[in-house]
Amino acid sequence: MQQKGMRRRALAAAFPYTIPIFAGFWFLGMTYGIYMNVSGFGFWYPMLMSLTIFGGSLEFVAVSMLLAPFAPLQTFLMALMIQARHLFYGIAMLEKYKNTGWKRFYLIFGLCDETFSINCAAQIPPDIDRGWFMFFVTLLDQIYWVSGSTIGGLVGSLFTFNTEGLDFVMTAMFTVIFLEQWRKEKKHYTALIGIGASVVCLLIFGPDSFLVPTMAVILGLLTIFRKPVERAGGLI
Amino acid sequence: MSAVQQVITIGVCVFATMLTRFLPFFIFSEKRPTPRYIQYLGHALPAAIFGMLVIYCLKNVSLLSGSHGLPELLAILVTAAMHLWKRQMLLSIAAGTVCYMLLVQMVF
Repeated sequence: MQQKGMRRRALAAAFPYTIPIFAGFWFLGMTYGIYMNVSGFGFWYPMLMSLTIFGGSLEFVAVSMLLAPFAPLQTFLMALMIQARHLFYGIAMLEKYKNTGWKRFYLIFGLCDETFSINCAAQIPPDIDRGWFMFFVTLLDQIYWVSGSTIGGLVGSLFTFNTEGLDFVMTAMFTVIFLEQWRKEKKHYTALIGIGASVVCLLIFGPDSFLVPTMAVILGLLTIFRKPVERAGGLI
Repeated sequence: MSAVQQVITIGVCVFATMLTRFLPFFIFSEKRPTPRYIQYLGHALPAAIFGMLVIYCLKNVSLLSGSHGLPELLAILVTAAMHLWKRQMLLSIAAGTVCYMLLVQMVF
């Protein structure tokens, strides 16, 4: 009984945080499903891929992989490069995902950009069970993504809606979370390192391959400037 | 591509994704204390990552052609201003998104 009440309160606390993700995931998920549909794949493709991969950018790229000649090694390396940023999410969530029992497996499985953002930045009230809160954030996000891409795959391009620009909801969400982090830091070394490294690498390597070099530069700078960053304090 | 090859291709994507998600947790197990350096990274990374994610969302914006990134810039300014003013996450996100949609659908 008590367990049930605790779960319900965690769900109620988690849901509001996921509303922007609902908007973004339904829009992007449907776009993805429609893209697969018009590329000649049945709805079970986007549905199963969203269930098992649960990573938007790779799922989009996977469509062209499925249409190209079979090249498993190339697919593997490409997928690793696109998904490498999860390594950072894992390191950042090592402490937070501790002592969450069986839920830990699912939390790690579902660690996409948006789930990471909420679970990393949310101020979970002390009377709410942390494990269940993060579990519901992950579960709701995946439900939004899978249902969106399945609907897109079912209706295909029959469905027209003037939602141009709705994908900006993700940019706005990351901007807000970035601002919140900015406010928490006393000095802004790490935030500036993140922005600076990304912009410089984007200019040098271009939009399709700047993430891995960006991560390497961030890691290098955080290592070199460990002393001043730690002394500045205010890290979450 | 045959059905089996499709299954393998999707399976490889799943495997690569899960490798990147599970690896840190495998290397730094719950049972042993996490090395100091990794703990430091865990605390220092989030702000850098969110900076990276904002740029990642904007990676296809072209400053030299089209609308020169103006709708993105304006919508981000609206999002930030709204957030500094009201500090309501949902409100800031909604304001920025609606602003961006109006700009790309009606102005640019």
